[in-house]
Amino acid sequence: MSVQATHLRRRGRDYREMLFKSALLVSLIIGFATLIALLVDVFVTGWSHVTWQFLTSPPSTDPTIAGARPAILATIFLGIMLIVFTVPIGVGTAIYLEEYANRKRWYNRMLEVNIQNLAAVPSIVYGILGLAFIVRGIGLGRVLLAGGLILTLVVLPTVIIAAREAIRSVPDSIRQGAYAIGATQWQVVRRQVLPAAIPGIATGAILALSRGLGETAPLILIGAVSYIAFDPTILGPFTALPIQIYQWVRLPQEEFRELAAAAIIVLLVILLSLNAVAIWLRNRYQRRW
Amino acid sequence: MSMTDAQPVKIAQDRPATPAPAAGPVVFDVQNVGVSYDGNMAVHEVSMPIHARQVTAIIGPSGCGKSTFIRVFNHMNDLIPGAEVHGKVLYHGEDLYGKDVDPVEVRKQIGMVFQKPNPFPKSIYDNVAFGPRVLGWKKGLDERVERALNRAALWDEVKDRLKSSALGLSGGQQQRLCIARALATEPEVILMDEPASALDPIATTRIEDLMHELKRDYTILIVTHNMQQAARVADMTAFFSVDVAPEGKRTGILVEYDETTKIFTQPSDQRTEDYVTGRFG
Repeated sequence: MSVQATHLRRRGRDYREMLFKSALLVSLIIGFATLIALLVDVFVTGWSHVTWQFLTSPPSTDPTIAGARPAILATIFLGIMLIVFTVPIGVGTAIYLEEYANRKRWYNRMLEVNIQNLAAVPSIVYGILGLAFIVRGIGLGRVLLAGGLILTLVVLPTVIIAAREAIRSVPDSIRQGAYAIGATQWQVVRRQVLPAAIPGIATGAILALSRGLGETAPLILIGAVSYIAFDPTILGPFTALPIQIYQWVRLPQEEFRELAAAAIIVLLVILLSLNAVAIWLRNRYQRRW
Repeated sequence: MSMTDAQPVKIAQDRPATPAPAAGPVVFDVQNVGVSYDGNMAVHEVSMPIHARQVTAIIGPSGCGKSTFIRVFNHMNDLIPGAEVHGKVLYHGEDLYGKDVDPVEVRKQIGMVFQKPNPFPKSIYDNVAFGPRVLGWKKGLDERVERALNRAALWDEVKDRLKSSALGLSGGQQQRLCIARALATEPEVILMDEPASALDPIATTRIEDLMHELKRDYTILIVTHNMQQAARVADMTAFFSVDVAPEGKRTGILVEYDETTKIFTQPSDQRTEDYVTGRFG
């Protein structure tokens, strides 16, 4: 009995086990604590400035009356443009690659590799491209539409990849079932694959959108301006929330830094609500097959 | 041929025996059909007639190409890149793989039920209505759905929840829904690829009963690895086996095709006898 009991007792491994667990915990804490610290700092500095006046006034050289209205409006416009441009193109590309493309053809394989790579290209490179081809090349100028087009390029690969994942996760048995009834390929895609993939596509598109709205570099590069005293239009000069923040932070007066913190809060609220919608969509339409 | 016939008849046949005179008209005349994937023959040189309003079972060990073969009839192999169908399949005398044949049109007349129930992630109603909608049959859709569900012996169980998701049904109900879905487009032939292999014995019995009902109006082709099932439901049975070439290539071949009773009691080929008596496979 005593011999058997010894086998059941713990050996001296606790130590390593605990060390490993603490290492994991430390990694978690580093990431989490940094985020919390940032949020707390921003909220403490900026919360008192998030007022109706801040949300509805144009920027000004006088920090007491300055607001972020043009930047907020421009960010909303950019968001709408992003959805309108990226979803049809992204979903179309994904459908082609997943449902129609013959993988044995070299050009289709090249397309796939390229899209993967494009997703990894730094956004400032898209900014340079946009400056050369959209702002100057086709002569659109430094306008909101140009900004929307460039952000479209930035997030398009992400949307395509997300949409492909969503389409691929629709089991083949669904396609087979639809074909076996006498559906054409278009009917199979339109009536079975797409409806089943929509939650995944929507989630991906929203996450891509929130990435796009946080982008600063490409917009600065094509010359978004920081001081606009009027509401932006599609074909007019524009700013955006990240740029407004960047601009305010650079100013010497302490008051503008507080305004920047307020603008960060507004941007965070927009992005986090988008992410929340994405998570809600994912949970709401989670499927089992 | 009577069952009391003491002498087992063992005649080598190039072409399988002609079935009993009671058999209906020939729906499919399969002539030297083979299927290859990227040049490798998966099924080789199959010839057999398939008769109207009968259940024809295809049995055989795993890997003998049963499923590949049954997918020839509704062009499902077309969806697999690299798959190629050789030989001739005449459907009421018309070549199924002729130049102008549209696979979509073929599938409208030749329905299919798969091994694993695969209802669409939609309501029960929408599952059955999918076929008619695809065909543009808008009139009398409700009646059509009801009729199909009735024929698949599912109507009474689902009539109060037509709008709820098909994924909430049990496995057996899902499979009967898939049968209803196939029936809704009023096909002439129904292909069933191991339709009960994912189901429990009770659900299996219901599907088998259903097949007895359906064969009055439909021609049914069923693939099964369950010999008892073939014995219970099929009028004609084809036994497929695997031919292993010296270099290791495996090809499915048709060994014997005859009335089911004969296949199970007096097979004319030793391989069939080994299989049905459980000595192999």
